[in-house]
Amino acid sequence: MTDHLPILLLLLPLFGSLICVLLGRNNAAHSWVVAMISLGGSALLSLLMLIKVLGLKSGDFRYRMGGWPESSSYEVGIELRVDVLACLIVLAVMLVGFLNTIYSKTRVPAEVGEKGSFFYALIQLLIVGLCGIIMTNDAFNLYVLIEITSLTSYALIAMGNRRAALSSFNYVIMGTIGASFYLLGVGYLYIKTGTLNIDDIHNYLQSEDLWASQSIVVAFILIMLGVWTKMAFFPLHGWLPNAYSYAPSMTGTFMAPLMTKVMVYVMIRVMLWLFGSDFVYSPESIWSELIIWMSVVAIVAGSFLALARNDIKKMLTYLIIAEVGYMVGGVWLGNLNGQAGAFYHILSDAAMTFCLFIAASIVIIRTGESRLNAFDDLFRKMPITMIGFTIGGLSMIGLPPTCGFFSKWYLIKGGVEAGQWEFVVALLFSSLINAVIFFKIFERAYFGKIKGIKEEVTVQDRDTIPAGGIKSVPLSMLIPLCVGSLSILIIGIMNKNIFSWITKALEMVNG
Amino acid sequence: MASVEFSLIPFLAWLVSLLAVPAIILLGKKPDAREGITFLAAIVKFGLVLLMLPLVREGKILHFSFGEIIEGIPIEFRVDGLGMLFAIVASSLWILTSLYALGYMRSLKEHDQTRFFACFALSLSATIGVAFAGNLLTLYIFYEILSLSTYPLVTHHGDKEARSGGRTYLSHLLGTSVAFVLPAMIYCYWKKGGDINFTDGSLLTTDLGSGAGLIVLLAFTFGFAKNGLMPFHSWLPNAMVAPTPVSALLHAVAVVKVGVFCVIRVFTGVFGIELLKKLDIAVVVSWIAAFTVITSSLIALSQDNLKRRLAFSTIGQLSYIILGVSLLSDFGVTGSILHVAMHAFGKITLFFCAGAIYVAMHKKYVSELVGIGRKMPITMTAFAIGSLSVIGLPFTGGLVSKWYLVMGTAQSDQIALLVVFLISSILNACYFLPIVYRAFFCRPEESLYEGGRQEAPLACLIPLCITALLSVISFFNPGLFIELAGLISNK
Amino acid sequence: MDIIIASFIEEVIVPKFNYWIYVILMMIGLFAMITKNNLIKKLIGMAIFQTAIILLYVSVGVKSEANIPIISHHGHQEHVEHAQDENHSPKPEVSTDDKSEKGDHHTIDKDKFANPLPHVLMLTAIVVGVSTLGLALAISQKVHGSFGTLEEDEILDQLKPGGHD
Repeated sequence: MTDHLPILLLLLPLFGSLICVLLGRNNAAHSWVVAMISLGGSALLSLLMLIKVLGLKSGDFRYRMGGWPESSSYEVGIELRVDVLACLIVLAVMLVGFLNTIYSKTRVPAEVGEKGSFFYALIQLLIVGLCGIIMTNDAFNLYVLIEITSLTSYALIAMGNRRAALSSFNYVIMGTIGASFYLLGVGYLYIKTGTLNIDDIHNYLQSEDLWASQSIVVAFILIMLGVWTKMAFFPLHGWLPNAYSYAPSMTGTFMAPLMTKVMVYVMIRVMLWLFGSDFVYSPESIWSELIIWMSVVAIVAGSFLALARNDIKKMLTYLIIAEVGYMVGGVWLGNLNGQAGAFYHILSDAAMTFCLFIAASIVIIRTGESRLNAFDDLFRKMPITMIGFTIGGLSMIGLPPTCGFFSKWYLIKGGVEAGQWEFVVALLFSSLINAVIFFKIFERAYFGKIKGIKEEVTVQDRDTIPAGGIKSVPLSMLIPLCVGSLSILIIGIMNKNIFSWITKALEMVNG
Repeated sequence: MASVEFSLIPFLAWLVSLLAVPAIILLGKKPDAREGITFLAAIVKFGLVLLMLPLVREGKILHFSFGEIIEGIPIEFRVDGLGMLFAIVASSLWILTSLYALGYMRSLKEHDQTRFFACFALSLSATIGVAFAGNLLTLYIFYEILSLSTYPLVTHHGDKEARSGGRTYLSHLLGTSVAFVLPAMIYCYWKKGGDINFTDGSLLTTDLGSGAGLIVLLAFTFGFAKNGLMPFHSWLPNAMVAPTPVSALLHAVAVVKVGVFCVIRVFTGVFGIELLKKLDIAVVVSWIAAFTVITSSLIALSQDNLKRRLAFSTIGQLSYIILGVSLLSDFGVTGSILHVAMHAFGKITLFFCAGAIYVAMHKKYVSELVGIGRKMPITMTAFAIGSLSVIGLPFTGGLVSKWYLVMGTAQSDQIALLVVFLISSILNACYFLPIVYRAFFCRPEESLYEGGRQEAPLACLIPLCITALLSVISFFNPGLFIELAGLISNK
Repeated sequence: MDIIIASFIEEVIVPKFNYWIYVILMMIGLFAMITKNNLIKKLIGMAIFQTAIILLYVSVGVKSEANIPIISHHGHQEHVEHAQDENHSPKPEVSTDDKSEKGDHHTIDKDKFANPLPHVLMLTAIVVGVSTLGLALAISQKVHGSFGTLEEDEILDQLKPGGHD
């Protein structure tokens, strides 16, 4: 049974989503149960898979779809590669999905109404897509799964208010450009190597010594561009703030922590497993320098733009853009610490962003106010939410023992080792800006409004005003928040273990 | 050489005040019980610290570590002479400050007392964590926790002034530690290839050059901005918006002493005196400290607000400590460590008096203190003793540490710095003695006060008498402190 | 001058004309997606963009005088001249033996059959493109329902001050 774990944990949400579709309209409650069961089951399965892979000596196992026999020379079937890195991220995706489903229990009727079951269907499909992306070892299959993921996310975002549809449309345009570039890159690779299996392509490139070939370089650039568009790497980030801010809250809380991070994972896979570190970090390449500078710009720009924002969700989305800069820069540093640090940051950022987004959504929904003055005197009214938000904020700033501190530690260490001081400075700078952003909010929340300053409280979104002001927050919203905050601390404290798993897997590929 | 021994006591000493925090929060509705917890924790902590004292005096180092939080770096407690000295000072003064805070907060009927006492306990826990930290990462973690836990104390009043003071506080302290200490620490970790603990100058074994060494040293020195070194000093006077018990313990004793403590650790533990002598970079720090000493004393002269004057005086005194350790001589290092204790006793007395004056008379400004000696003789006598200690005049502990510091300048042939010490002593006298003089010896018609005695409440008076007494006792009996300081400097 | 242009056309454009076509189509599509105001026109651009890529894949799989890739067990194989792959689509040389031996006693000359893989891939891509287009059209319908117009500038005007922001 454990041999088939990868496919099982893809099948559960797939069938779950089918059942949700069949349940039809006005059946949100039943769909919720179905989603809980399938995602909960998958979460358990992914945990089992992680335990299994940790026990393997070779570090990974392959699952061949449809039982196509393995061929030493020419791969025909689609292969799933399950190693520690994949297991960790799959586990993260499943957990976030599960927690988000808990959160969505009260939100789906309020924000999506009768289309509730379709929401659950789409979310489960999205999870299938994401996990497929993480586990697949076939370049074209990756494209298909990227598109599955994107399509479901377009639909999920468009379910929101009137601005959501427009933001989703822009996302469609940009996302399609990105995915098409990726497809084009894969096409070039296929033309040159005749195979689509990632390991095979790598072996072929190596044995035929095709590194200097122009087609391969162009393929690499195209794939990178495609992936960067999808992960909102500055300056290809234009679609992200609107898409995540105007989406329904339970979509935002799921997509913000995961989508861009999985794309970063794709970039790492492509860089290290498909092309190989020799090609990517080759001495004569100016790519590393250039891209690290680009990520510096991303970090600084993201932080500044976040500082300038008055709308809570927009601010958080710009912080995501800065975090993407961390990860891209970290990978391109070219040393083990940078890569492993970026990978650890995927997990850590997922936890942080999830926690912050849920807290922000709770605040916005309960106060009816989506700008920063929603936080006034919040500690008195909603202490648990505020504490959750505080933990997330401290992690963003990078204070121990939250996981944000440790990911910064590894990234800075990588930067110091590689001598890329501009990256180190950018990281520290963004910590300071984050400190300013979050302490401004903490001040408002813990000490209340400054007496004497009147502020216009305008109502942003008619869809989400609760009748009768701030009521106590339902448990279904608090549980994910608490688990999220706890996981920030756990990932931080356990960082040594997680980091050693990651480095072991990376060492195997770096040779 | 010192032998390392495993002991659970450092961990327990740290844990005590940490456990007090939830207890205080839970007992928030019962003020007496709540204050009782504070006292209990303080006394237990002091007791545990004293328990370790005989072992440390024998030259043993007590060690406790749990978990490796990053590859190769555990959370480590390591009690040696320096840590013991600081811990004694901090924990003993916590008991007294708690008593003082009780009197102060209750007479002024302050709000949010639960938050106040809880944050106090947490801050003390962090302070002891710093005192007992065995490696740079542990030090850094507790340093940051201290910044965060003292923030609610600084902004206690919650009004515009308090918040702006809090913002300056946090921006200066967090900004410098994140921007300077963190990269320097990671750089050292990378250079050393592993743990950065404080045994005998960790970086001695690496190939650190002068240029890089200077940058790292300055990064650490400026990064631990709690040491009040210019130009990152402005958080200190701005933090005076806090209630006086906060200013007293935290800013005269705990927070600022954590800053200089970290600097001493960097000089003696991370770099090591030998390496610094070899690289010849410490003299830069000496001059920055000297500059701070003189400038802060001059600014103190111009301050009318009593607490601000005391704040600038503190900045100057802290730079004595930094100056002393940067002399790299035995006497200098011993003197600076001694000054940690002596200045603590003296300054806390002064702050206690300032608070007592506020509670009893609601006066904050020096110009209003004419003739107050007759009204509050006990308080002002204590103030006089504290002033003498800070200036460094006989019969107070301040003289002992100053003596060592001056000898240190002679020992390392830095006569210019000796002159700096002398000038600053004169300046100290200039801004302290007139206060005392005008309080007691003004003509009756100039006095702003009439009537008989009106001292501060007893809970405020007792601590300030005790600390003043301690200042005097430490002059006659400095042996313990000298011994503990010697354990570090005479390696 | 004419000779230069002629040789340019002969050597650069003609042999690789499929690449030129797909590049031009891609640029047209991109241009439409970015510059056009009307949402539907953007979608048309998107469709053109995706089609260009599909054309590329399909075009590289072309072999002259190749048969459909279905192996008949009765040995009905026309003896076709040795066909050349048009735009070098090499299989790794080592594989010839394995693949052709699979369950078949006759050796199969790979060059006689068209390469099915690009077509398979592009079927998938077409499906993806169609779904994207359908989804995008549904979203446009929703946009039209909310804003009453499909012109981007008019929508943005509605969202600025005065509008529900």
